[in-house]
Amino acid sequence: MADRVLLKTPDMARFVAHGYLRMDGVVPAEINEQFLTDVGRPPAASTEKLLKTYGKLLAASAIPAIAAGTPLAKAYPAESAIAKLLALPVVRGAIESLVGPNAVFDHHFLHITFPPAFYEALGVPNVSQHTHQDSTIDTRRAFDLQIMYFPHEVTREMGGTRFVPGTHLRIVSEAAIGRYQNVRGQQHVVCPAGTLLFLHHGMWHGGGVNRSDHLRYMFKIRICPTVKQVRLWDTSDLDNDHFAQRPIFFVKEAPDPEHAHTLLTSPEPWFEADTGRLEYINRIRLWRHLLGDRHFDADYWLTRIENEPA
Amino acid sequence: MAKRQKVLVLYLADSALDSGVVAWSQYDGTGITDHMAGDADEPPYRTGLAALRDGWRLIQASQLQPHAPGTEFTTSYLKYEFFFEQLVDVDG
Repeated sequence: MADRVLLKTPDMARFVAHGYLRMDGVVPAEINEQFLTDVGRPPAASTEKLLKTYGKLLAASAIPAIAAGTPLAKAYPAESAIAKLLALPVVRGAIESLVGPNAVFDHHFLHITFPPAFYEALGVPNVSQHTHQDSTIDTRRAFDLQIMYFPHEVTREMGGTRFVPGTHLRIVSEAAIGRYQNVRGQQHVVCPAGTLLFLHHGMWHGGGVNRSDHLRYMFKIRICPTVKQVRLWDTSDLDNDHFAQRPIFFVKEAPDPEHAHTLLTSPEPWFEADTGRLEYINRIRLWRHLLGDRHFDADYWLTRIENEPA
Repeated sequence: MAKRQKVLVLYLADSALDSGVVAWSQYDGTGITDHMAGDADEPPYRTGLAALRDGWRLIQASQLQPHAPGTEFTTSYLKYEFFFEQLVDVDG
């Protein structure tokens, strides 16, 4: 078997449009079990403050603290669960397709949502995390990859990570979007053990509230490119006429749902009438960047507004 | 009887109050209900007008701003934000 399985063009276009790819149950059970053993388990309920409990857990876990900027290939001990996860062909292929070879580690963090008994013992409300975008205002065309790893089954009542597909290209300032409690089309991760989400760094998201009797774990790794993100995926399925325009608005048949142009111009349920079109434009601009082709267009959105005959 | 404020924030698909709801938030000053991020996947009203017809009072609407040169295509915060309130009698 190949040591990496690169993404195909429709998956890359899906990532550009929606800001994420999801792989359910791709991490084998033995890696999930090793990971959960490596991180250790905090008490089910504690009167210590959350940050103190977290601090103790991180200090006691077998997961190393790693300097930002470390080459990803050297970040984790070879026999660790995360090194094995990153070496899975589908994972390695997705990482290389999105951020290229020789990517570097930015940071990782273990997110735990605690069951109600923990909050009752503390006397604080058990609430979900406000919607936010990670890091800070980021105006780059290049993007970082965030991998969310769910090492055990996540049920709806466990409050799996909430995210809003298609928000990744919005330029906002981290928690400034905390006012948005609910957005049409938001998703809550409910998944089998060993599920991975590959996210554009700009995705709006937040932790859910855990109403189950079990701890919920999610491990997030942020990875940065060191090369220009141009044609890093398996482009063998990119037809020679991939840039050819199609009839628009007045059409006689449904568009091919796997065609890159269709994927790049598919709306999200939360799109505003006018700015939804700007989202198409920004997706197309990112696709141009990834193709290395500044003339690419989908459904004439950019050609129309760039047309200035001399 | 004292009065407490309930706040409903609706984000609409365009600047018209009868356009569809794309996002929403609720804050209940009476303490009777609690709302938080991710607590509902369907909006409480289909449009802003539907909220008016159910007794919510519009107290603020986002302005339409010209697009700053150079940032015409930048998308950022949700654009059509409408704040509503209800004043509710409570004991105390």
